[in-house]
Amino acid sequence: MKISLTKLTQYTVVSLVMLMPISHVVNAEDKDVATLRNAALDDQKKPSAIPKVLNKDVKQVRNYPMQPPVIPHHIRNYEINLNSNKCMSCHSRHRTGESQAPMVSVTHYMDRDGNFLAEVSPRRYFCTQCHATQSDVPPLVENDFVDMQSMMKAKVSNDKTDKH
Amino acid sequence: MTINRRAFIKANAVAAAATVAGVSVPASASNLITSSDVTKLKWDKAPCRFCGTGCSVNVGVMDGKVVATHGDIKSPVNRGLNCIKGYFLSKIMYGKDRLTTPLLRMKNGQFDKNGEFTPISWDEAFDIMAEKTKATLKEKGPEGIGMFGSGQWTVFEGYAASKLMKAGFRSNNIDPNARHCMASAVGGFMRTFGIDEPMGCYDDIEETDAMVLWGSNMAEMHPILWTRITDRRLSAPHVKVAVLSTFTHRSCDLADNAMIFTPQTDLAILNFIANYIIQTDRVNKDFVNKHTNFRLGVTDIGYGLRPEHPLEQKAKNNDKRAGGSTPINFEEYAKFVSTYTAEYVSELSGVSIAKLNALAELYADPKIKVCSFWTMGFNQHTRGVWANNLVYNIHLLTGKISTPGNSPFSLTGQPSACGTAREVGTFSHRLPADMVVNNDKHRELSEKLWKIPYGTIPPKPGYHAVLQNRKLKDGELNFYWVQCNNNMQAAANMNEEGFPGYRNPKNFIVVSDPYPTVTAQAADLILPTAMWVEKEGVYGNAERRTQAWYQMVEAPEGAKSDLWQLVEFSKRFKIEEVWPKELLDKNPSYKGKTMYEVLYKNGQVDRFSINQVPSDRLNDEARHFGFYIQKGLFEEYASFGRGKAHDLADYDRYHQERGLRWPVVDGKETLWRFKEGYDPYVAPGSDFQFYGKKDGRAIIFALPYEPAAESPDEEYDFWLSTGRVLEHWHSGSMTQRVPELYKAVPDAVVYMHPDDAKERGMRRGDLVKLVSRRGEVQTRVETRGRNKPPRGLVFMPWFDASRLVNKVTLDATDPLSKETDFKKCAVKVVKV
Repeated sequence: MKISLTKLTQYTVVSLVMLMPISHVVNAEDKDVATLRNAALDDQKKPSAIPKVLNKDVKQVRNYPMQPPVIPHHIRNYEINLNSNKCMSCHSRHRTGESQAPMVSVTHYMDRDGNFLAEVSPRRYFCTQCHATQSDVPPLVENDFVDMQSMMKAKVSNDKTDKH
Repeated sequence: MTINRRAFIKANAVAAAATVAGVSVPASASNLITSSDVTKLKWDKAPCRFCGTGCSVNVGVMDGKVVATHGDIKSPVNRGLNCIKGYFLSKIMYGKDRLTTPLLRMKNGQFDKNGEFTPISWDEAFDIMAEKTKATLKEKGPEGIGMFGSGQWTVFEGYAASKLMKAGFRSNNIDPNARHCMASAVGGFMRTFGIDEPMGCYDDIEETDAMVLWGSNMAEMHPILWTRITDRRLSAPHVKVAVLSTFTHRSCDLADNAMIFTPQTDLAILNFIANYIIQTDRVNKDFVNKHTNFRLGVTDIGYGLRPEHPLEQKAKNNDKRAGGSTPINFEEYAKFVSTYTAEYVSELSGVSIAKLNALAELYADPKIKVCSFWTMGFNQHTRGVWANNLVYNIHLLTGKISTPGNSPFSLTGQPSACGTAREVGTFSHRLPADMVVNNDKHRELSEKLWKIPYGTIPPKPGYHAVLQNRKLKDGELNFYWVQCNNNMQAAANMNEEGFPGYRNPKNFIVVSDPYPTVTAQAADLILPTAMWVEKEGVYGNAERRTQAWYQMVEAPEGAKSDLWQLVEFSKRFKIEEVWPKELLDKNPSYKGKTMYEVLYKNGQVDRFSINQVPSDRLNDEARHFGFYIQKGLFEEYASFGRGKAHDLADYDRYHQERGLRWPVVDGKETLWRFKEGYDPYVAPGSDFQFYGKKDGRAIIFALPYEPAAESPDEEYDFWLSTGRVLEHWHSGSMTQRVPELYKAVPDAVVYMHPDDAKERGMRRGDLVKLVSRRGEVQTRVETRGRNKPPRGLVFMPWFDASRLVNKVTLDATDPLSKETDFKKCAVKVVKV
């Protein structure tokens, strides 16, 4: 059985409405439970086109303060190798005035032992180990991760409610 | 980039952000919450859930949810860093499609192999599992049941599973997915040193002068170790990095010497280096004379395919002789490798003589300390054990081993491939602490420690991973339980073996997983499973570091840990139902008891009171069973290795430490094994002692280059190599559910040389299918990006559940390690 994108969306909507522990088996007649596949195992859905990389330079809110920010622009043909690091031509401290790009985090100046160096630590040299571009695609499966900010807000507003 | 562009972008960004928000920013939203009651996070440590590097992660919890993770600054492994996957660990447990109830294929209220997945209770799930197990035991005996586990199991889970299968059900048909990953490394260690796991540790990186990657793309697969290598290379300019691979990838970006070789010819390159060391008279004769022996290995050992396959019909020694060897002397060995000249190997491998010589010099020069790193390039290889043996050869010939900075280092892919799969011994032939089932003494010792009658553990090795799929297909393995991995997606030759095996009407397949994976879809019963910090755990990483964590959050209602599932299931069997009368007569006190009472509530595993669980800690399993089950299992398990060079510290200490590297003797960890002064097991005065072998000598093996099982030909004209990507871990069942990681690399594409594409009239993004003799998979062509194959080779990752590349791969295995070669088969690529 093939599940179209619409069906997947419906399914998610139904899940939200039901809010029941078994909500993921909305289609009780469905054998194709693998949500990352949505097709029979001996079937082959037509692979979607290679998506475009988002290139709007719009910052994404981080899920928590320590999260490495995702890259809001394409990095095609950016070289990071023994000879050069293209990312640093905008993001290094002394280039940010000209580029108005965010400066690499201060943590990047720390060596293994926590000492601050005069330049970005070589252990942080390969930016793409933590930072990645984002393709222009909707998430395959929704994620119920809750931002601590919304938890705190809820607590604060509950507090206020309690006092009234 | 110009300021003008930036200014434009900035204006745009504000507009876009406002659009996304849909409203103007309210004044209240800018208020900063400052009350510490509200802003306080509960932080705790846990090893990362992903690869074998074993980074420690700080996990921040608020109101019962993980809300943040970051690299643990106190951990010697990663010192505050994580890779992109590690930084997104916070979100892996919160995919919307978490499973929360057992699901059974049913029709008309009954189990039906072709039925629809229907929610049932845990009680009903165990009912049908027990019914199917008992029916299989009756019909086929213990050999009809099997389990497929994981190097992602915690130590207790692997131990409980191994005990359940080998001591309880008396079946050795238990194997971990580490078979796909580490088995050749284990084979290499046992054959060369007689004891498993690396002699060195990660500290070697900061001590060394040269690092050589053998078929390993550490920049993507072991990113945090790559940060240490990068740090070393860039901060100490004399340091050199060499990278060998069958295609150009990110690790080559740091390489002083990047070498792209024809698949399988790594064996020849390794022998060339040995020959170079000998020809240039740089053998460390003193070391070699005192600490090594030479042996000639048996050759022509086949390719681990089904016996009727033409390649197996042709092979001379694909039987019990395959692992054999005979003693030779140094001169005979030197003669053996003398044919591996620079000219011959350059011709065979496609690597220039200059590059080969530069590589060999890193090993040969006595002034250069050298580390070798490898993972799947060597291990997933039909001569994987040989490749491991051959790399040890060059370190042994030069004595560059077991000392700081001199380190042949076998990396691991899974977080506890070492800790659980290898050390606990969840393989079909192994027992804890490097013991094996076909050794009478090892079984006897295990039976004694487990307090079970002599003769309980069957002496015959069980079905390994690849054989399990074959036996499922053949209808000989009828009750099968898969935990903690996604083997339908992971195992080679899905079309001909795995899929027909799981769907064979004779078989009942149980799959435990947090998420509905491809493997779950192939199952008959799916069990919803707790994961990572939803349970207490211990993992062991690649440098012998054992690390523990506490349960930090509750699993979703209905999901249970693998440990809970295994132990709870054991209650469903009276010991009379699984052991024959003769066996039980040897220990009549067990009569009438359940398997749970014999295996777990046995006076050992249950000896630590629930009161030892810190009262402010969650521990669902301990509170359910009524004793500190994790500590009990750990301590019983640790009794196998203490005093036998596998010493572990007391359980409680691991909760205090950022891990300890075994053997832990007198409270101290061991950084370098086999070297006097570092390793307490080395006899005083011996300098080096490879005590895994009776005479304390490691073995240098004479082994040749032999071709791959399948090579490109006129019709199937490409080599296909499969592997991973940085942003996804293994089959993507966790990382594909993290939106940021999914969007970073949404789909598995096939990387191809632009000229190969052009020649076939293809362009980047074209819809194509990869076709092999076994099956086909559709995807899109990628001619640029991070991987740049040479002409004649394509690379496709296997994380993508919608593009199952293992429908195409070949299940040829190393006949010694039984590990599949996922790096080499022949395909054609055609436009759809």
